[in-house]
Parts: sequence; structure tokens; C-alpha cells
Amino acid sequence: MKYNWNWGILFEDPYFGWLISGIQWTLMVSAIAWIIAFSLGSIVGVARTVDSRWARGLGTAYVEGFRNVPLLVQMFLWFYVVPELVPEDLGRWMKRDMPFPEATSAILCLGTYTASRVAEQVRAGIESIPRGQKAAGYAMGLTTFQVYRHLLVPVGYRIIVPPLTSEFLTIFKNSSLALTIGVAEVLFQARQIENYTFQGFEAFTAATLIYLVVTMIVVLIMGYVEQRARIPGYGVQREP
Amino acid sequence: MLLDFDFGVIIRSLPYLGQGMMLSLSLTLLAAAGSIVLGTILALMRLSGIGPLMWIGATWVNFFRSLPLLLVIFWFYFLVPLVVQRQVDAFQSALIGFILFEAAYYCEIMRSGILSISRGQASAGYALGLRYSQCMRFIVLPQAFRNMMPVLLTQTIILFQDTSLVFVVGLADFMTSAVTVAQRDSRLVELYVFAAFVYFVICYSGSLYVKYLQKKIHR
Repeated sequence: MKYNWNWGILFEDPYFGWLISGIQWTLMVSAIAWIIAFSLGSIVGVARTVDSRWARGLGTAYVEGFRNVPLLVQMFLWFYVVPELVPEDLGRWMKRDMPFPEATSAILCLGTYTASRVAEQVRAGIESIPRGQKAAGYAMGLTTFQVYRHLLVPVGYRIIVPPLTSEFLTIFKNSSLALTIGVAEVLFQARQIENYTFQGFEAFTAATLIYLVVTMIVVLIMGYVEQRARIPGYGVQREP
Repeated sequence: MLLDFDFGVIIRSLPYLGQGMMLSLSLTLLAAAGSIVLGTILALMRLSGIGPLMWIGATWVNFFRSLPLLLVIFWFYFLVPLVVQRQVDAFQSALIGFILFEAAYYCEIMRSGILSISRGQASAGYALGLRYSQCMRFIVLPQAFRNMMPVLLTQTIILFQDTSLVFVVGLADFMTSAVTVAQRDSRLVELYVFAAFVYFVICYSGSLYVKYLQKKIHR
């Protein structure tokens, strides 16, 4: 294997700056997409547990629709197809004036896709709460909305902290797909460094380390959150 | 807009898209076969009770699960030709990347499959005088596979969706073919909607079959 090593290249101008800006884009896209995924996913997840047939059907259709189409196809649909299908004025605005069209499409895509996964977790969390709790809520005179607001949703969230962590990591890893529509995130920058310098080994190593480090940080933080959020007697108990 | 949705372009390019789909399917099957084998080996390592083997298994799984598949595809596209010192097919490098990456996920599935078989079964095997390999091969693994069939299939559906990512290295799978036609004929809407529809039909039928299997197993 013949290869000219040059690790220093990563810290040279402008490549170091590229990596830093890549990290910023990755984190920003993931974070905003996560807000969408979490809120939309909670709504869809709750919809799948209520009594109304309509709401359950819509929730199921949402989950099946988003889960059964590859994320890359969804990325292209959001970026190329949606502006053509919405009303003409809105479409023109999306194509011409929308700020950061690539990043916005990527955020909407990742957010709505991950919402379908979050919805499944929220539903599982709510369904794992013993039926007696819901009955007790109703017996105390709470309305359905209050039962969800004060009982099922908060308890459900605390049960599903571990799977939600891995969903966040999924959105973080999946944000790399945004490079296909031209968002300059970490992997995009690593590849650009490879194209400019032919130091692919160094560039991809840098990207790998960045992903590993961020994953480790998230796992550490969420381990703490998990400890604080755990309800004794619920979910998987760690050995003492 | 939808009114001038042109089915003609899809029909004209069906043979080309079909070729792409064949590549997607064969990549899926080869990658699934390879990574189920490798994943099972990793699972056995993780459960072996032998320090270094357990460490390798756990590190493999945690490492690949922290990385985006796209990065792994780039790595191997770049690395494989460098290591073997000649031009290789993008298909081969993608296949290697998929097997190593997906093995981490199949490993966790097989691990819980093996753990779902009660210890008494293995003990009974040993009591009958079977070796470790015989015990695994004739008693534990067949049952683990059977129990985990629905999950293994679900993971394979995910793998099938993931093969669309080879688009980034220009391998002519179904997704790449759709993009090629879309750009050549400037028919982005038609081709991307069609691609989404085809993927949806395949993956949704797959997931319905998984539900049917689950019912059958739990009966």
C-alpha cells in the first residue's frame, strides 16, 4: 500500500475551517430536525393510542408511509419534488427566496422521517403503562386530554428515554445524507478535502472521529438523564 | 404540476430501471447473507465468555453503530482499491462495506435470539456429550434463527432501503438509475415519485409478511 501520509493537512488553512463549519452544519441540522421529530412524533404517537379510529388510522398511515421509503428518496422528494407540487406561489418562493433551501429541505426531511420512528417509541411507551393508571385517571374525573397531559405522556416519556437517545443518534448519523442535496455538513467537507488534497485517509479519519466523539458525548449525557428520569419499577432496571 | 405528470418517460425507461432494481436486489441479498453470517459469529464472540473475543465483538458493534452508513460506504470506496492495489468494482467495495456495517446490527439481533433460548437447552446438549460447536449448530442456533426470523427480515428490509445510498459512489442501483433518467429527461417529479412508490410497495409488502410471520411464530 503506497500512500503519502500527511496528518497535518487537517489543521491547515482552509481545511480545518471546513471541518469546523461542517460540524456546525451537522449539529444544527440534527438539532432543528430533532425538535420537529420530537414534537411531530409525539403527536403521531399519541394519535396511534387514542380511541378514535380516524386518528389511529392517520397515525398508522404516517408511520408506514415514512418508514417504507428510503431516506435518500425522501431527501430528493423534499428538495426537488415538493416545490413543484405545492401551490405555484409557494413553490416559486421555495425555489427562489427560501433561506438555505438545501438545509431547510434536509431539516424537514430528517424531522418528518424521524418523527415516524419517534412516534413508534412514544406509542410503545404509552402502551407499556399499566391500564389501571389510565382507569385511575378517569376515575378521578380527568378528561381524556388531562389523562394524556398529566399522566400518560409524561410517564411515557420517562420510560422511553433510552430509545429516544438512539433515535437522536439516528438523526445525527442520518444528517450525513443531506450532502446528497448539497448541505455542507461534516462528511461533505471530508469528501471535499479528499477531492482537493487526495488525502482521503486523513479526511475520512477526521470525520469518523467526529462522529464517534459526538456519539460518545450524547451517550454520556443521556446516561445521566436516563438515571434522573427513571421511574422505579418501570422499564428495564439496571443491575445495582 | 400533477396534470402534466408524464407516465411515458417511466414506461420508456422501465428496462433500464429494471436493471437497476436487479442490482439493488442482488446487493441486498449478498449483503444480507454475508452480514448474517458475520453477525452470528460476532454474537457468538460476544457471548463466548472469553475476554478478548467479547471485547472485539462489543467494540465492532459499538464502533459501526456510531457511524453513518454513508461514511462507511465512502471509506470502502476509497480504501479497498488502495489496499488491493488495483481498480475494483464499486459493487465489490460497497458490498464489503455493507457486510461489515450491517453485521453490527445483525449481531445484536442474533445475540438476543441466542439469549432467548433457555440455558437448559445448551446444558442438555452438553450433558448428551455434544461439543460446543455441535450444541450451537444443532440446538441453539436453529431455534435462535427461527425466533428471530421476523426481526432479521425487518433488518433486511432496512438494508434494502439502505442500498439506495450507493448512489453516492455512482453504482447503478435502482435509485441511481432513477436519478440518471430524471436528470437526462428533466423529469425529476415523475422519476422520484415513481422511485418512492416502488420502494414503498416492496418494503410495505415485506413488512406485512413480517407481521404474518410474527403471528405464526407466536401462535
